[in-house]
Amino acid sequence: MPPLLELRGITKRFPGVLANDHIDLTLNQGEILALLGENGAGKTTLMNILYGLYTPDEGDILINGEKVEIHSPDDAIELGIGMVHQHFMLIPVFTVTENVMLGVESTKGGIFLDRKAARERIVEISSQHSLQVDPDARVEDLPVGVQQRVEIIKVLYRQANILILDEPTAVLTPQEVVELIKVIRSLVAQGKSIIFISHKLNEVLELADRIMVLRDGRVAGATTPDQATEASLASMMVGREVILTVDKPPAQPGEVVLDVQNLKVLDDRKLVAVKDVSFQVRAGEVLGVAGVQGNGQTELVEALTGLRHVESGKVSILDRDLTNAMPRVILEAGTAHVPEDRQLDGLVLPFSIAENMVLNTYYQPPFAKGVRLQHELITSTAEQRVEQFDVRTPSIFIPASSLSGGNQQKVIVAREFSRPIKLLIASQPTRGLDVGSIEYIHNLIIQKRNEGCAALLVSPELDEIMTLSDRIAVMYSGKILAILPAEEATLEGLGLLMAGIQEGATQAAS
Amino acid sequence: MVEELTLAQKQQLNRRRWIIGAIVLFMAALILQFGLGSGGSKSTFVLSSQRTGVNIPAPDLVLPTDVTLYSMAALVGLAGVWQTLRGFKRDTVVILVSVSVLTAAFLVWATEDKSLNLTGMLVSSVVRATPIAMAALAGIYSERSGVVNIGIEGMMTMGAFMAVVFASITGNLWVGVIAGVLAGMVMGWLHGVLSIKYKVNQIVSGTGIIILALGITSYLQRAVLNLNPELNQPGPVISAVAIPGVWRIPVLGPVLFNQSPLIYLMIVLLVVTHVLLYYTRWGLRVRSVGEHPKAADTLGINVFRLRYISVLLSGAIAGLGGAYMSIGAAGRFNEGMVAGKGFLGLAAMIFGNWNPGGAFFGSLIFGFFDSWQEKISILQVGIPVDLLGMAPYIATMIVLAGFIGRARMPAADGTPYEKE
Amino acid sequence: MSQEDKTTQQPAPQAKAPEKPSPAGKSAGLKGVLSAALIPTLSVFTALVIGAIIISASSPDVLAAWRNFFQDPLNALSVTWKLVHDAYLALFQGAFGNPSQIAAAFTQWRETGDTRPLLEAWRYFSESLVIATPYIFAGLAVALGFRGNMFNIGAEGQLFVGGLASAYVGYAIKGLPAYIHLPLALLAGILAGAIWGAIPGLLKARTGAHEVINTIMMNYISYRLTDYLLTGPMARPDKLPITPEIQPSAYLPSLFERPMRLHWGFFLALAMAAFLYWFLFKTTRGMEIRMVGLNPNAARTAGVRISFIMVLTMALSGGLAGLAGANQILGVDHRLARAFSSGYGFDSIALALLGKSHPVGVVLASLLFGFLRGGAARMQSVAGVPVEIIRIIQGMVIVFVAAPAIIRSLYRLKAVREEEAVLQRGWS
Repeated sequence: MPPLLELRGITKRFPGVLANDHIDLTLNQGEILALLGENGAGKTTLMNILYGLYTPDEGDILINGEKVEIHSPDDAIELGIGMVHQHFMLIPVFTVTENVMLGVESTKGGIFLDRKAARERIVEISSQHSLQVDPDARVEDLPVGVQQRVEIIKVLYRQANILILDEPTAVLTPQEVVELIKVIRSLVAQGKSIIFISHKLNEVLELADRIMVLRDGRVAGATTPDQATEASLASMMVGREVILTVDKPPAQPGEVVLDVQNLKVLDDRKLVAVKDVSFQVRAGEVLGVAGVQGNGQTELVEALTGLRHVESGKVSILDRDLTNAMPRVILEAGTAHVPEDRQLDGLVLPFSIAENMVLNTYYQPPFAKGVRLQHELITSTAEQRVEQFDVRTPSIFIPASSLSGGNQQKVIVAREFSRPIKLLIASQPTRGLDVGSIEYIHNLIIQKRNEGCAALLVSPELDEIMTLSDRIAVMYSGKILAILPAEEATLEGLGLLMAGIQEGATQAAS
Repeated sequence: MVEELTLAQKQQLNRRRWIIGAIVLFMAALILQFGLGSGGSKSTFVLSSQRTGVNIPAPDLVLPTDVTLYSMAALVGLAGVWQTLRGFKRDTVVILVSVSVLTAAFLVWATEDKSLNLTGMLVSSVVRATPIAMAALAGIYSERSGVVNIGIEGMMTMGAFMAVVFASITGNLWVGVIAGVLAGMVMGWLHGVLSIKYKVNQIVSGTGIIILALGITSYLQRAVLNLNPELNQPGPVISAVAIPGVWRIPVLGPVLFNQSPLIYLMIVLLVVTHVLLYYTRWGLRVRSVGEHPKAADTLGINVFRLRYISVLLSGAIAGLGGAYMSIGAAGRFNEGMVAGKGFLGLAAMIFGNWNPGGAFFGSLIFGFFDSWQEKISILQVGIPVDLLGMAPYIATMIVLAGFIGRARMPAADGTPYEKE
Repeated sequence: MSQEDKTTQQPAPQAKAPEKPSPAGKSAGLKGVLSAALIPTLSVFTALVIGAIIISASSPDVLAAWRNFFQDPLNALSVTWKLVHDAYLALFQGAFGNPSQIAAAFTQWRETGDTRPLLEAWRYFSESLVIATPYIFAGLAVALGFRGNMFNIGAEGQLFVGGLASAYVGYAIKGLPAYIHLPLALLAGILAGAIWGAIPGLLKARTGAHEVINTIMMNYISYRLTDYLLTGPMARPDKLPITPEIQPSAYLPSLFERPMRLHWGFFLALAMAAFLYWFLFKTTRGMEIRMVGLNPNAARTAGVRISFIMVLTMALSGGLAGLAGANQILGVDHRLARAFSSGYGFDSIALALLGKSHPVGVVLASLLFGFLRGGAARMQSVAGVPVEIIRIIQGMVIVFVAAPAIIRSLYRLKAVREEEAVLQRGWS
């Protein structure tokens, strides 16, 4: 009997990149296949090909042994393939029912929406697979975990047999992950087949029947959980032995640099995003803020850097009250800010690298005399920093948009770290970067800390937090639930805190 | 969510309360000022209607000028005092109500010892609101699908022009209407090609369409119409159709039930658009494309096709609006006859939060102010006509400034969709 | 491969083209200039060709000849050719003057020392430059707005109030020496335009109301204001809707004798272009404006005060447009009448697009429009083609420049890493 799904020699080229290079893959009925690989290894591209979002340059797709052509998501849905995207494909202002039915609407007379019929099917699906959700709620009002359930219901509503889950755990707490794994197991028990994309080794080992590793667009190897270890998977993924530890001497905390008292901040929808948050960061230490994305970290950082209004509470830097100060004042007080979204907030992409290097210092001497920009000096400084921070670029005059993600991040880091800073606020500084860049940036952060700089590191990646932090604060639902010394923190304890469970956490920690 | 307010927040809220209170009190003072020195005279508002030889009688509304103004001033003044001391929960409503009363007070004052046909004014409000409402509807179709359409002005101009030419050639006004709709669609298609296919910045594309439409119509007017005046003579405008049974109702009849068929068509379109957007499969898909085209795409919805269709519909309705202005109201084509109605329509659309009903209400406000300024200037109250003429535009700006904060545009409005 | 990498490996769509501004400018050189000018040049050419088709198609003679195409195909072609040839020859001569007349006048001057024929022969050229002058100011105004991502459609209104203010200062203040009076009148124009522009800027910064609609509303308000002032407070003593003549001390001096009307305003315009280049690319404020224009989020994160820059951009933009009005009053008209501006507002958008929002490009585009407009008047009188054809040509030029893909596919050009127009999000 032929496998349920087979990919043969799939190749996809983008300008300048070979994203998929002759990839073969098989998936059997009722199986969980994990697709493992770093960011940029080609996992998402491969799955987008399978889902009809990209057309492959070469290769065949076979379902039940028969060759099929998939040109659009429509074709994929027709063939029983469904995909839960990493970034949810939900329309925030629509209700759950509307989101689920979109594209395969139940209608009266082919024109008018039959919301009732759709609603009934959704209730049916959600009880069948224990995916609790209110069909009439607006998606934007739902927490992320529930939104993911909506995505899964969407796929089941289309009667998919093959479910592609693209990094489904990235936005979940460890406890939500456990829930998700239950759901996946129950789906498989009912005959569905699943392709599970991840770069988290432990999940893959726990969940998968078979594991396939991609690297640089090629198949780097295939294995099963009982034959693999985290270490073997990691080296397969990266192509070399990785030691994701940073050489870190014990912290020597000095004076208080950042002092936050009873901070309250609203989000864009005027709801309270940060509640009564207080903490201090001292010179020479890294305070890591862990937490699932969307629990107020973004708003916290924005409030600290003057980008968001502080409703109440106090922010002071080196004993200076900078609550609701202008961003520039905060920067000038010695704050470096590595923003969460480098392309949106960190760089002006059409500007040259040289201009981006002075994006927040251009007006100060020596880069400006009065109102006149000193282009020669800006240029020579940029040359020097590109060298110093190992930014790989043919020229400092090309726009920042033409750099890779890692090099863009290095431009930001070079800019921020070259200023005389007392405080570093870094938000997801290694998001989406390759291992080399991650190591490099981690080392730079530790170096700054060793030089006596206070660092606030916000990241949803627990590994990163645990590697770099001296103390770890966990944010949940706008509050800081606990601040632990790094040596007392365990993965399980932090995980429980990230899920808002405080009692269990202290137990696990002790 | 009930949260403890901090001192700073309270102060801020208080300040807002006082400022709004002061504004309302100022308006009360203004009304009082109107009232002073108008002792004993009367303001007469005629409610009966006389059109096309038919008289629909209704009693005149005769108000004692001073008493009316004093009571209005008292009403607004009380609201102002309450606002300053205690504060209303929804203070924008207070402002809106006060502005309405102020507008009415101004009318009462201006009509002192004179008479004004209120029904006529309302009729002309609806007439003036119609092209704006059509422009707003055109905007809704396009923008709900995620394409900003600033070129409506140009589409209307083309529609107005072609409607006149074809109505003159064929002698049939309805052929003219269809020609206007088609002309609008051609311009809509152009906007679609530029902004959907070539991903040109939609505002640039819209501006290009306006310039092109103004250029083509003014050129053709010089080169063709002026040499062949018979092409700019579509005959009498499309005549009003009275709806049997209800058209004789005083005030309401003339305002709503004895109008141009194109006005009825506009109202039908309003209802149809509402149903289409919120109760049909097509509407759900169009809205999904305007909110999150990528999500729609992953569900097998053809983003480009839906956007094309929406922009074509947008052009069609804009063309209809143009046809209404030329052969439905003016009876000929003049360069610059659209005179910003397309833009006013966009403002009405924003006011109405991209919903047909709200947009229509917004259009009525502009239509009213347009009619209001005209009637006031006829009454000769000593305020220069040209300054009163600014009223609809200033109203638009105030409305935009006051409402945009709460308006929620389609999330993907203005962003070309890039298929990967 | 993840989303992330994909977006970074391709040039950002909003990359605004020849970011000459960056210190990289030096390496761009002649080749860069040529390639930047290629699409606009082909756009203008294509628009002229389509213009020729429209001219032919709206001429009864040509249509009649084509109806008899099968009887007399040569006639159809020659009638068409003659019309287009006459029209565009008139356009050319109206724009630049008649070369043989210029040559003859030059000989005459050499022989007799009589400058009058020379002035007469150069008149058309001078007139085109006079027409181009307000275009330069207004085009720079819109270009500056584009750089800061503010879509100033209100140049027309700013131009009106600028003209009103400078006219008022020009006629109402008497007895000042020219070196005080003229700058004062110019300043009044700038100030009025700046205020007129700053209002929509402020509304956008404060409430998020879109500047496109508000600038247009300000246009209509300015027309009404002009009507009001011309029929009342600023009317001539005989109550005609014209302002009194301004004092000669407020004139922008002419460069030559009549009939050449070229005045110092032209050089003021060039100076403003140079100043704007310096301001945008060599100063900190200019960099802030460009930052806000290209990525307001990053600008805010870097400590730039977005709302201040928005208002500043609109005020400067309005000031430049106001200067266009002042220039027209002080240099050419010397009084303000109702039909004082003819669509400069929309034309200036075309200019800014055509010139890629770069001061040099705007100057070149304005000269082009000046020549087109100047020539069009002659085309109308000689060949009977209405001047409005120029507006169609302008409209098409905008379309082509904004969608270079059309031009590229028309001429089978290879897609270079092509610049796209400023990318701007919807309304708020």
